[in-house]
Amino acid sequence: MSLSSGHLLGIANLDAEEIVRILDTAETFAEISTREIKKVPTLRGRTVVNFFVEPSTRTRSSFELAEKRLSADSLNFSASSSSFSKGESLLDTARTLEAMAPDFIVMRHSQPGAPHFLARHGQASIINAGDGPHEHPTQALLDAYTIRQHKGKIDGLRVAIVGDVRHSRVALSNIHLLTKLGATVVACSPPTMLPRGLETLGCEVTHRPDEALEGADVVMGLRVQLERMTSGFFPSLREYARLYGINRERLRRAKSDAIVMHPGPMNRGVEIAGDVADGERSVILEQVTNGVAVRMAVLYLLAGERDKAA
Amino acid sequence: MKQLLLKNGRVIDPANGIDGQADVLLEKGKVQKVGARISPGGADVIDCKGLLVCPGFIDMHVHLREPGQEWKETIETGTRCAAHSGFTAVACMPNTTPVNDSRSVTELIVNAARERGMVRVHPIGAVSKGQKGEELAEMSDMVDAGAVAFSDDGHPVRSSLLMRKALEYSQIFGVPVIDHCEDRELVDGGVMNEGDVSTRLGLKGWPSVAEDILVQRDILLAEYTGGHVHIAHMSTGKAAEFVRRAKKQKVKVTCEVTPHHFALTDEAVGEFDTDAKMNPPLRSEADRKALIKAIADGTIDAIATDHAPHHPDEKCVEFACAPFGIIGLETAIPLSIDLLVHAGVISWDRLVELFTVNPARILGIEAGTLTPGVAADVTVIDPDREFVVDKSTTESKSVNTPFHGWKLRGCSVLTIVGGRIVHNRDE
Ligand SMILES: [Zn+2]
Repeated sequence: MSLSSGHLLGIANLDAEEIVRILDTAETFAEISTREIKKVPTLRGRTVVNFFVEPSTRTRSSFELAEKRLSADSLNFSASSSSFSKGESLLDTARTLEAMAPDFIVMRHSQPGAPHFLARHGQASIINAGDGPHEHPTQALLDAYTIRQHKGKIDGLRVAIVGDVRHSRVALSNIHLLTKLGATVVACSPPTMLPRGLETLGCEVTHRPDEALEGADVVMGLRVQLERMTSGFFPSLREYARLYGINRERLRRAKSDAIVMHPGPMNRGVEIAGDVADGERSVILEQVTNGVAVRMAVLYLLAGERDKAA
Repeated sequence: MKQLLLKNGRVIDPANGIDGQADVLLEKGKVQKVGARISPGGADVIDCKGLLVCPGFIDMHVHLREPGQEWKETIETGTRCAAHSGFTAVACMPNTTPVNDSRSVTELIVNAARERGMVRVHPIGAVSKGQKGEELAEMSDMVDAGAVAFSDDGHPVRSSLLMRKALEYSQIFGVPVIDHCEDRELVDGGVMNEGDVSTRLGLKGWPSVAEDILVQRDILLAEYTGGHVHIAHMSTGKAAEFVRRAKKQKVKVTCEVTPHHFALTDEAVGEFDTDAKMNPPLRSEADRKALIKAIADGTIDAIATDHAPHHPDEKCVEFACAPFGIIGLETAIPLSIDLLVHAGVISWDRLVELFTVNPARILGIEAGTLTPGVAADVTVIDPDREFVVDKSTTESKSVNTPFHGWKLRGCSVLTIVGGRIVHNRDE
């Protein structure tokens, strides 16, 4: 299942060529965001439902902006997590959404596979905006876009991903994407947060951050959630910050021109030191800017696939 | 009832060391005679040329869902499904609503089976009251009412102390304690085998070591107490190794494996297919191969289905929200014939043993043989007949199977219970 399926469910389903096509398309859309009138009629008359079952201000805002700039009619459909069969089932919700005849459903859900479920039970194109700890494909695409902007390429780079890899859809999508485009990815977590068999995805795996950062072109921090501490993955935020926080000292091991990334929202002083987040190597805010162009590209390309299929 | 003569078949009766051309005469609900060229007399004759005539197959692990969950399955539909699948008897797990933890529930099941059952039903009582894992249930009462074993299946017996007591107390009745081996703390909400597939899908993993630990604990407790523990639906290579070693040391441990665990791996989850979600979960290819080896070398005593019907609405949800379990009766014999016998892993004799005399011995029921005088429960198998798995024709109330569309070679053609034909595939 690739873009031709009409959905963007994950990076795992894309091949390198499709990824590059999305990134190239995003470049042309980035230009629009620099115009005085930041709007094109590309998706006029199309309906996009932003279906967010898990709160996410930044991803939803980024999608909304992308939809508006493409002149789509968009509507937000939020639901509180109906997990474990309390309340309305996902199938019934899917049918309700389908009855509104949307062209696209941008979906955020706490359960892995929820967007795949929607794709199986309807006609709309589904864009996965994060399904639990599974995938977050547009985040990985905007990360790749940002890396390409700074490094001119992805092939041959060394990318260190440091943090809670086990619960991170950002990590998983990035590992898929960057390895497909020829980068060496090193995933680094406390051993309690390293999912088993991760190396079968083609990345290197370590629990030593110094080893991960050594010679890195890109250093990506991952958000760590407080609830991971209470469920025993590490003893305290203080200790986590000391062992795994990305700080100036640690960053010295990376290449002198290495960039620092974070998908946000950040816990300053935990997974990333404030001065690093705000420092000259940080591209964190560019990531946010690029998110809009990448999401415009995804909507545009999927609309093309829908037209082909129609 | 008329006499029935099964003529010219290949009779396979492992308990009596029989494997060869013979006729089988059934009379008054009992096996009358097994021998060469039995004269028909007034019997109805069935030509079994090219077919295998075996003792009735027993599925020692099914969930019939009655009482209390009749939207999934009932004793009537479950036993009809069993008959159509080639089974003459099933043993049903106690995780019903209410739990089968008392004489009254056991009696209810026995009576319902007598009235509406197509095959024999042997209830398995709960180890603990309400399957809560706290106090022993009244085993004696349940044995009197017909219970053949005890299990908290659906749940493990979490407390080692309670397991010890169960293994001790059950010795009064000479029945096994069947354990669903799952260290719940280690499983920690896992929904599929922990490994590269769960990592790829972002699904919470159910680690094999959580099963291994409980299997080893149960073996140690069986050895210490002298009780008989039976490991339900064993799914890991390591657990099989533990059982293999324990058997060499004469510990009273037996075990079963399901067809789905020797037929599939966690890759079958694909893109979040809830019909590939069961407990224990589908494991790695290394585990699958180790189970097949354990079937071949005699470590595994029985093949049982863990037939676990769930309504389509219950399965048509996000993967993590779906209940564990698949239906298994209809596919069990074809999968076993195709993937074990035709694939050259085991002999016909061994296959029949896994489905007949072994489960009968474990449960202490007089069945699983064609010894003259025993009940005339017979399964006749066509070794080459094609069997296509089709959800739309299943006799179960539920359709949750990952095998839909599979083409298999070999299936039952005739199921006889107490001398009466309860299913004929050609009618
Ligand atoms: Zn079980």
